[in-house]
Amino acid sequence: MRIRGSSNWRMPLAVQVIVLLCVPAGALADPADRSFSPTNIFAPVSTPAHSILGLSLFVLAVTAAIFVAVFTLLAYCVRKFRKRDNDDIREPPQVYGSNQIELAWTVIPILIVFVLFLATARVIHAIQDAPKPATAVEVTAIGHQFWWEFRYPALGIVTANELHIPVSDPVRPTPTFLKLLSADTDHSFWVPRLAGKTDLIPNRVNEMWIDPQLTGIYLGQCAQYCGTQHAKMLLRVSVDSREDFEAWVRAQRQSANQDEKENAGRHVFETTACVNCHAVAGTNATGRFGPDLTHLMSRRTIASGAAENTPEKLRLWIQNPDAIKPGSLMPAMKLSDPDLDALVRYLETLR
Amino acid sequence: MSSDVMAIQTREVGGRPWVERLHEWVTTVDHKRLGILYILYALLFLLIGGIEAIIIRVQLMRPHSDFVSPQVFNRMFTMHGTTMIFFVVMPVMFGFANYLVPLMIGARDMAFPRLNAFSFWLTALGGILLYFSFLGGSGLYGAGNAPDVGWWAYAPLTSRAFSPGHSTDYWTIALVVSGFGSIGTAINIIATILSMRCPGMKLSRMPLLAWLTLVMSGLVLISLTPLSAAQIMLLVDRYLGGHFFDTQAGGSAALWMHFFWIFGHPEVYILVIPAFAFASEIIPVFSRKPIFGYPVMVAATICIGFIGMSVWAHHMFTVGMDSNANTFFVLTTMAIAVPTGIKIFNWLGTMWGGKIQFKTPMLFCIGFLFQFLIAGLTGIMLGSAPFNWQLSGSYFVVAHFHYVIVGGILFALFAAFYYWYPKITGRMLNERLGKLHFWLFLIGFHLTFDVMHIPGILGMPRRIYTYEPGRGWDTMNFLVTIGAFVQGIATLVFVANLIISYFKGARAGNDPWDAWTLEWSVSSPPPVYNFASIPTVASRRPLWDLKHPEDPDSRYE
Repeated sequence: MRIRGSSNWRMPLAVQVIVLLCVPAGALADPADRSFSPTNIFAPVSTPAHSILGLSLFVLAVTAAIFVAVFTLLAYCVRKFRKRDNDDIREPPQVYGSNQIELAWTVIPILIVFVLFLATARVIHAIQDAPKPATAVEVTAIGHQFWWEFRYPALGIVTANELHIPVSDPVRPTPTFLKLLSADTDHSFWVPRLAGKTDLIPNRVNEMWIDPQLTGIYLGQCAQYCGTQHAKMLLRVSVDSREDFEAWVRAQRQSANQDEKENAGRHVFETTACVNCHAVAGTNATGRFGPDLTHLMSRRTIASGAAENTPEKLRLWIQNPDAIKPGSLMPAMKLSDPDLDALVRYLETLR
Repeated sequence: MSSDVMAIQTREVGGRPWVERLHEWVTTVDHKRLGILYILYALLFLLIGGIEAIIIRVQLMRPHSDFVSPQVFNRMFTMHGTTMIFFVVMPVMFGFANYLVPLMIGARDMAFPRLNAFSFWLTALGGILLYFSFLGGSGLYGAGNAPDVGWWAYAPLTSRAFSPGHSTDYWTIALVVSGFGSIGTAINIIATILSMRCPGMKLSRMPLLAWLTLVMSGLVLISLTPLSAAQIMLLVDRYLGGHFFDTQAGGSAALWMHFFWIFGHPEVYILVIPAFAFASEIIPVFSRKPIFGYPVMVAATICIGFIGMSVWAHHMFTVGMDSNANTFFVLTTMAIAVPTGIKIFNWLGTMWGGKIQFKTPMLFCIGFLFQFLIAGLTGIMLGSAPFNWQLSGSYFVVAHFHYVIVGGILFALFAAFYYWYPKITGRMLNERLGKLHFWLFLIGFHLTFDVMHIPGILGMPRRIYTYEPGRGWDTMNFLVTIGAFVQGIATLVFVANLIISYFKGARAGNDPWDAWTLEWSVSSPPPVYNFASIPTVASRRPLWDLKHPEDPDSRYE
C-alpha cells in the first residue's frame, strides 16, 4: 500500500454540504491565513493532519446538528411551557413517560454513534498502520527535560531542537518517519499543522509519520507536562525543498568548523564542564546530556526556542540561564568576562 | 403516611458556651451535621481553589508574563486540580448525600453513624495534609513544597530522580487518606440504601437521588482502590526500592497511566452523577410534573456506571497504543454518549408540557442542561481518537472538562444549594441575590470557557506557565481571564447570600417549593431524629399522594 499524498478519505456530497454550513469551524480552517496562527490544527499541510481535519469536520457537523436539535427543544420548552401569570393553580397533566419515545431516542443515538465510530476507526487505521516506504527519511526524536534531540541514523546526523525534513511530493512521496524516545520523563511531539501529537514515553518506542507538502517553517511545542520548563520546550520544523534538505544534510555531516582565531574560546569550552554535557564533532567534547553544538549557528533559536540565537542571548544563556529559562538543567557557568567573551566568539564559529 | 409535623426547635434557647457547641459539632455522628460539615469544608476549599485559578489566569493573561515563577505556577495548577476534585466536589457531593439520603428514604440516620464521622474526618485530614505541603519542607520561603506534578502525577516525573523532596509525598498520602474516607462513606451509603428504606419504599419507589447516589457509591468502591494501590506502589518506588514506575530501571510509565485513569474516568462519573441526581429532583418540582421515564433514568445511570469503567484509555490516545486498542476505546467512549443523551432527553421530557417556574434552582438547572449538552458534544469530539491526537493536552480539553465540571456540575450544585438550603437552615436564600448570582456567573462562565476552546484549536498546550506571542492565543487568554474574575465576583455574591440569609432570610416552613419527597414532610431544619414516626409510602411521590388524594401516583405505578 502506497501512502496517498492528499486526504485519503473522501467525503460524500451530502456531508460536504453539511460541513460547508459549519461556518465557525470553516472560519478557522483557512490555510492561507497562516499569519493568524502558525499552529492552527485546521490548517494542515501534511497527510495525517489533513485526515484529521476531514474527520473532525464530519464530527463537528454531526455534533452541531445534535446541538441544534436539542437546543431547539430546550428553548421551546422554556418559552412554551412557562407558568403564566394568569395561570390557574392546577397542576399540568402528570405524564410518567412513554416507551415509544424512549425507544426512538435510544435507537437514533445508537445509529449516530455507530456512524461516528466507523468514520473514526477508518482514520485511525489509515494513520497508525500506514507502512513505511523505502523513500522515507528516518528520524529518531529523543525527548529531554527541556529540549529535543534529533538523530538521523541513516545519515549520521545528530542535532537538537530544530528539525529539518524534505518536502514530500504527493506523486512521489518522501515522508519522514519518526521514532519517539525519551531520556527522562514523558513528553509529546506536537506540530499541529503536520500531525496529531504522539507522546515520548521513557522505556517505550513510539512511532509517527509526517509528509508535509508545502515548504516552510512549522511551529509546535511539547504537549505533555514534563517538569518546570515544559512551557519552553518549543519545536521548529523546517520543511525544505529537496535541494535545500540535501545541502543541509551535507553541512550537518561535517565535523565542527575549525577557526584558529578562536582557539582561546575553544580552550575554555574544552577545559571546563561544558564538555560534560555537550558534544562538538571532531573535538574532545563528547557529552550527550545536553544538545549537540557542532552546528549551533545553523539554528535560529537556542534553549529549545526560548531565545533567539544572537551573541547577546547566547552570552546571557551561558552566564545566567535562569534569566531565560528558570528551572532548565543548564547550569550557570560562572565564567570570568574574558573567558565568557572568548567562549561566545568560539561558539559563533560553529556554523 | 403518618409523620407528625411537630416542629421541635434545634436552636438553643438561652445559649450554651461556644466550647460545648463546638464539641458537639466535632463529635457529632448525626448525618445532617456531618453533611453540613462536608459542605462547609468544600465551600472553604472552593474559595481556595478559586484563588489558585485566579493566580493561573492572571499569569496567562499576557504572553511572557512574570506574575509568578514557573515553579509557583506549576504548583498552582497541580493544587487547583487536586483541590477542586478531591476536596471540593467529592466532599460536597458526599455532604448532600449524607444530609438527604436518610431523609429521602424515611430513615433516622445512616447505617453506620460512627463510620460516617470517621470518614468525614479522614477526608478533612487529607485536605489539611495536602495544604500543609506549602509549609512543610522548604517552608514559606520559596513558596514551600507543594506538589507540582499535575493532579494526575504521571510517572516518572514523580520518581525521586525528578521530584526530590516531599512535595509528591504530600500529594500521595493526602489522597490515600481521603480515599479511605470516601470508601467509608460509599459503604455507608450502600448499606443505608439497601437496608434502611422505610416500609413501602421498594427500590423502584426510591427517589432518583437515592438511586444515583447508590450507583455513585458503587463506582467509588470499585474505582478508588486502583488509585490507592498505585499510590502505595509509588511510595514503594520512592522509599522502598521499588521500580514499578521507574523507567530508568525497567519500570513502566504507561502502567501508572492505566492505574490512574481506571480510577480517573469513573471518578468523573462519581462527580457528575450526583449532579444528575440534583437535576432529577429539582426539574420535576419546578416543572410541576414527575420525572419523565423514571425506570429508564435508573437503567441509563447503571449503564453509565458500567460503560464508564471501560473507557479509561481515551485519556491515553496519544500514548502510542496500537490501532486496535485505540479503536476499542473509541467505541466504548462513543457508546457512553447514548445513556447520557437519554438522560438529557428525559429531563427535557419532564419540562415538556409542564408549568415551569423560573426560580433560582430552576435557572441553574436550565443552565446545567444547556452546558452539559455542549460538554457532552465536545466529549464526543475528544472521543474520536484522531481528532483527540490534535486536541488532547491542549486548552480544548481544559475547556471541555471545565464545561462539564463548572458548567454542568457546579451549576447543578448551585441549584441544589438554593433548593435545599431552606430545608437545612429553615430560611430561604434571597431570590434577587440568587438571580444576580446566576446571571453574573453565566456571563463569566461563557466568557471564560467558550473562548477557551479556541486557543486549543490554535495549538496551545495545557500546563504551560507562559506562551509565545504571535500564535493567535493572546487575546483569547485575556478574555478568558476577565471571565474568571466575573465568576469570582458571582461566587462572592453567592457566599454573601448564604451568610446574610442565614440570619435574615424569610422563614421557609416545611415545604417552601410544594415538593413531593419525604424530606419536605418534616420541619426546616428537621428534628435531630428526622421523623417522629417512620413513614409508610405507597408511591414514588408520597407527598403528591397526600396533597392529591383524588389522583395519587400509587394508582398509576
